[in-house]
Amino acid sequence: MGVKLLLEKASVPGIRSYDVYRREGGYAAVEKALKEMSIEAIVEEVKKSGLRGRGGAGFPAGMKWSFIAKPEGVPRHLVCNADESEPGTFKDRYLMEFLPHLLIEGLIISSFALGSNDTYIYIRGEYAWVATILEEAILEATKNGWLGKNILGTGFDCMIHVHRGAGAYICGEETALIESLEGKRGNPRIKPPFPAIQGLWMRPTVVNNVETLAAIVPIIKMGGEEYAKIGVGRSTGTKLISACGNINKPGVYEIDMTISVEDFIYSDEYCGGIANGKKLKACIPGGSSVPILPANLLLKTAKGETRYMNYESLSDGGFATGSMMGSGGFIVLDEDQCIVKNTLTLARFYRHESCGQCSPCREGTGWMEKILQKIESGKGEMSDIDLLWDIQRKIEGNTICPLGDAAAWPVAAAIRHFRDEFEWHINHKELAQTSNFGLQHYADPIHVPA
Amino acid sequence: MSEQILFKVTVDNITIEVPAGTTILQAARQIGGTVAPPAMCYYSKLKGSGGKCRTCLVEVSKGSEKDPRPMPKLVASCRTTVMDGMEVKNITSEKVIDARAGVVEFLLLNHPLDCPICDQAGECHLQDLSFEHGASNTRYEFQRRTFKKHDLGKHIQLHMTRCILCYRCVFTADELTNKRVHGILDRGDHAEIATHIEKSLDNEFIGNVIDVCPVGALTDKTFRFKNRVWFLKPMDAYRDCPTCSGRVTLWNRGDEVFRVTARKDEWGEIEDTPQGKPGWICNTCRFDKKQSSDWVIEGPRAISRQSVISQGHYAGNVGTHIPNETFAAINEGRAPHLLMDIHNESEVNQINIHLSENEGPSNGTTFNQNINNA
Repeated sequence: MGVKLLLEKASVPGIRSYDVYRREGGYAAVEKALKEMSIEAIVEEVKKSGLRGRGGAGFPAGMKWSFIAKPEGVPRHLVCNADESEPGTFKDRYLMEFLPHLLIEGLIISSFALGSNDTYIYIRGEYAWVATILEEAILEATKNGWLGKNILGTGFDCMIHVHRGAGAYICGEETALIESLEGKRGNPRIKPPFPAIQGLWMRPTVVNNVETLAAIVPIIKMGGEEYAKIGVGRSTGTKLISACGNINKPGVYEIDMTISVEDFIYSDEYCGGIANGKKLKACIPGGSSVPILPANLLLKTAKGETRYMNYESLSDGGFATGSMMGSGGFIVLDEDQCIVKNTLTLARFYRHESCGQCSPCREGTGWMEKILQKIESGKGEMSDIDLLWDIQRKIEGNTICPLGDAAAWPVAAAIRHFRDEFEWHINHKELAQTSNFGLQHYADPIHVPA
Repeated sequence: MSEQILFKVTVDNITIEVPAGTTILQAARQIGGTVAPPAMCYYSKLKGSGGKCRTCLVEVSKGSEKDPRPMPKLVASCRTTVMDGMEVKNITSEKVIDARAGVVEFLLLNHPLDCPICDQAGECHLQDLSFEHGASNTRYEFQRRTFKKHDLGKHIQLHMTRCILCYRCVFTADELTNKRVHGILDRGDHAEIATHIEKSLDNEFIGNVIDVCPVGALTDKTFRFKNRVWFLKPMDAYRDCPTCSGRVTLWNRGDEVFRVTARKDEWGEIEDTPQGKPGWICNTCRFDKKQSSDWVIEGPRAISRQSVISQGHYAGNVGTHIPNETFAAINEGRAPHLLMDIHNESEVNQINIHLSENEGPSNGTTFNQNINNA
């Protein structure tokens, strides 16, 4: 059993309600932070903990907090990014649904550390019932004096507002989220200025992921140094992984980032192996926008070392032979899955979700989808593969926000690792409509079912 | 008055000093010529514009004197401010040329390329851009998106099919008019400029959205299909207008005024009035005053000699002097923006030979004599 910090109490009956959560030791971290610690000490603990942003980019949270501008007389804001719309990622939903008070606790401490009196939770529109759960939890916390004016007699005022999105993936990008929160069209802003200088209503703002903010609670409880001892290298603490796809036990797992990818997929504690006795073909280890990896590169790095479930190991080898930790959406594909179709599905998603502000992403995502549709429906030509490669290359890095990169990477990785499958689709047009390319050389070499 | 802080910035090996806070694009425009990156969405008179079309991407090979690290990605020069000692590569960077060709391809992907029937042809920024940076054919083989034409009020027509979503008209409507009914609907490649819902744009200054449009998406209904711009003679004129500056460009053919626009500078942007304010013009000047007698003519408008509009008239007006240096010498080795140097192509065009000095029509024989005499 690995260390559990966030989901430790998730299975306690009724943990969603304030009374049970409080009885189980909840809100002790708020008491400790607000009464015993100074603002600087909290930020210092978070820095010491080495906590990295859990939203996808993995930027150190303590460093992000220290960037916030503190001009006199200007209010600051903390915004919780709960617009979890990445295909394959559902860890934040689980956290908010079962442990809403854990998030609120983290939000109170973080608001105190950042000096935010009005803190916002921007929640994905589709999570309507979760928003209700959060609103109820906020009401309970307010009744019991954890939110509102003069919390615990410290003179610190804080209120948390829940804001529902209207169903746009792009609003998970922090500046688009801020625009949307302001009531505008959710178009990403051009940076600089960064939100830490001019964010929500042009005031200094920090936008953090749900899991990042929840992780503040164990950091305050156990201290930053203790937290940093969990995990390995710069991947400290625990990470929630939402595993899905062709595995026996899909679900949200808390891991301590020292286990190997192989253990994660095949051990009974976690995914429990590939479903229906099939073989592993490929995996998208960090949510739909990170590069897909074939089984042989997923379990072992290009150098032949074991790959572990942490930030460094998953990105070992760069994009040529590695991938990214991303937001922890672990999508497993078995031997029956078609990579071309999978890439088409992803490309369609990004075409649908592109905001249309800057031209490479607006036009390029639609173009890639159409070419992939063409290949998938048996009308592809060999030159289409090179064309796809050229299009993704011209989108990547040339857009305002990372959505362009996120749309380009899956296509690039699919062509990089599975080019023969694309070629097979083009050469065997009729066969490709009815059957599958199979495993070929990139199959999982370790677990051969009896 | 404190002294203005000047930053040294080098664009394509040419160094210039500009005040702090200037963007790379503005600095490059001060140098001028081929150094200035093209801009489809940026409009210096509109606050908040820019950053969207990605044609102005440049490579920053040296961040500043203090932090000489290059920037990891190409940056939008219209929204990036200069730092002291910054070194920028525009057309000297392979990466920039490649990315820009990509952007041009993306912009043309859903563009109908109906230039032969488009009123913007001849003064279209997308035409210029694709001529300079684009490929001569497309790799796109799917159906292009189309929209129905909409009338925005009685003077303006919106043809969304041509639109490149630069957002300039949205900013114009936002900043010049007090009641905003104009914006973007939908997202992604089906996003469209629209009024809510198919309302007319009814404002004294709304005609300016036609001037800011870089393509033919917003056109003047009083001018649609009346004439090609290169057949018209642009003349600077003014009138005593109670609502606007009244400083305009008339587009004449003979005595007839075909259309009225604001005065635009060499970057296609509206010129400032002598008072230093942007010279937006009102709808009355633009749409209703179509008689020469309404205007006081100041004289012919200077049009860049590369522009198709200058074809056929104004010889001797702008830029007809012949430089003595070679292009390479002036441009420090950068390739000139010319398809071919006509002086080298044919001896007929040798600059030391003046055909007007020949008696009667010239032919090969007289020409060879001329060479021998010279």
